[in-house]
Amino acid sequence: MDKTPLIDIKNISKQYKGATFLSLDKVNLQIRTGEVYGLLGPNGAGKTTLISILCGLIKPTSGEVLISGNSFKTHAKEIQKSIGVVPQEYALYPKLTAKENLFYFGSMFGLTKSELKPIIISHLDQLGLLPFADKKIKTFSGGMKRRVNLIAGILHNPKLLFLDEPTVGVDVQSKQAITAKLRELNKSGTTIIYTSHHLREAQDLCSLVGIIDSGKIIAEDTPSKLIADTKEARNLEDVFIELTGRELRDYA
Amino acid sequence: MPIVLVVTVTLIQDATFKSVSSSSINILLVDQDKGKLSDEIKKSFSEIEFLQPISELDNVPLTEDKARLLVASGDYQLAVVIPEGLSDELQNQIDKNITKILEEFEGTVDSLKISGVEEKSPSNKVVKLYFDPITQETFRSSVIFAVDKLVASIETKSIYEAFEKELGESESLKSFNRDNFVKYDQINPSLSGELVLPNSVQHNIPAWTLFAIFFMILPLSLNLVHEKGQGTFVRLQTTPINYATIIAGKAFLFLLVSLLQFTLILLLGLYVFPKLGLPVLDLGGHLGLLYLVALSSGLAAIGLGVLLGTVFSSHEQAAPFGAVLVVLLAAIGGVWVPVFAMPDTMQIIAKISPMNWGLEAFYDCFLRKGSLIDILPEIGLLIGFFISTIVIAILYYEKKKAV
Repeated sequence: MDKTPLIDIKNISKQYKGATFLSLDKVNLQIRTGEVYGLLGPNGAGKTTLISILCGLIKPTSGEVLISGNSFKTHAKEIQKSIGVVPQEYALYPKLTAKENLFYFGSMFGLTKSELKPIIISHLDQLGLLPFADKKIKTFSGGMKRRVNLIAGILHNPKLLFLDEPTVGVDVQSKQAITAKLRELNKSGTTIIYTSHHLREAQDLCSLVGIIDSGKIIAEDTPSKLIADTKEARNLEDVFIELTGRELRDYA
Repeated sequence: MPIVLVVTVTLIQDATFKSVSSSSINILLVDQDKGKLSDEIKKSFSEIEFLQPISELDNVPLTEDKARLLVASGDYQLAVVIPEGLSDELQNQIDKNITKILEEFEGTVDSLKISGVEEKSPSNKVVKLYFDPITQETFRSSVIFAVDKLVASIETKSIYEAFEKELGESESLKSFNRDNFVKYDQINPSLSGELVLPNSVQHNIPAWTLFAIFFMILPLSLNLVHEKGQGTFVRLQTTPINYATIIAGKAFLFLLVSLLQFTLILLLGLYVFPKLGLPVLDLGGHLGLLYLVALSSGLAAIGLGVLLGTVFSSHEQAAPFGAVLVVLLAAIGGVWVPVFAMPDTMQIIAKISPMNWGLEAFYDCFLRKGSLIDILPEIGLLIGFFISTIVIAILYYEKKKAV
């Protein structure tokens, strides 16, 4: 594994306008090439905010993020070409077919139709969606939409892939198909940063896990090390409860 | 839908622009006078093609009470009641005045005064006009003016006849010119000097086409809001394509649609309207100028749509606001009521509506046969508005990322 930090998060904080608290509080993090990094935390912990900053969707209040040594302030285009994003929502046009959606989003990275065609067919086939390639997204089940959502983020073969809860609300089969695809992508050199509430899935998939709570990274290590270092913990869920508590995290 | 709108409004308003209309207004005429004057009024009314005087219903002569009830119930919009003795009274007054003039002319007036002859004061006869409350003030004024003019012309005719009678018929008197000395010629000046005839098509096509172009604000802003809601906007934001390019792509599509819509409406005016009995559309100036106005108006509408779509985050915010804004801009811009007919304050406010700039530019082309120079100020305002709204939208978007 390459030891050069692909992502270098330097002391970033984020306070939304009108908020009385920091969503991110002086977060420092380094993620190296080839990792599958699981960003785990309860609701409102700051996961989506951190991912949004890393994708360039929002700006931090203070601090700096470097991706491959580049900052969004100066090299936004270069960074955006090298990253893939799979948002939490089904970020697809419901009235277009799966293929039309994928052609459209692929073209945003400068790929031509002829370049995209074999890529799209290959991904659809791998994720069991080829028979539905010409069906409209609005007719798809949640699991099918999640799989198309993933493909839309990887068409340009990004070296860094951000996934915000990619398996939320899907059946076991779809979940397995998605995680298998992520493993394959990682194997072929894609660094993956992902958030999830499925701790079992994170434990199996991630090479490194960061647990975030109240805007701070409170623990970071391999899943096995975190489990070993936590008293009476049998899995990542035990570690998570131990670190973040049993208190409900409802917020509005 | 914009095409349906233009056709419907043009058909409805066509009659108001026609000098000779196929539809006529039935007016009730209660003749209590039964004299020369009422005969003349009836005759003159029946000669006006859009008026259909009715003196009897079911072979029974109309009474004032019956006419009043029929107007009050909304069955008729107008009733004219000619009072009893009006003809005689008018004739008496004319005869008296003529005699007086002739006596003055012959120098006998003093002897009349000295002899104590009393002048009987005229009893003022009132012609009653019953109007249906739904009739507009312009219609009422037109009717009053027409009746007044009719009575005045009959009066003049009677004066001539009285003079003839008093002075004796001679060839020189018969040769009196009884025609109106002053005549009116309606001229619609154009900037190019060519003759322009205003009609419903020339007025409605620019006004309602513009309304349709600006209605683009709604689908465009909703499209942007919808993109935010369904998450596709987030995905687009993370691609190397910048916000301005995403917006430009959408703007291009909507602009294309608005120009296509404009072309269809022009074709409709040229080839379909005549088949519906409407006047054919006169394209006025150069076709290129019309497209320049449509393009600039389309850009202004797109700018506003993009701004609303950027600022608003939900369908519930954007839809009612956008719809009301378009209607408001149309209202203050002069689409429904001409700006010159608005109160002074509204005339000033009208100048801030981009729809007014577009409408003025269209009128310059369609009705005033203007050139590029004539429409440049409005084009400049529309393009300036487009640039300003897009810049504000981009700045807002960038600011929102930092919040």
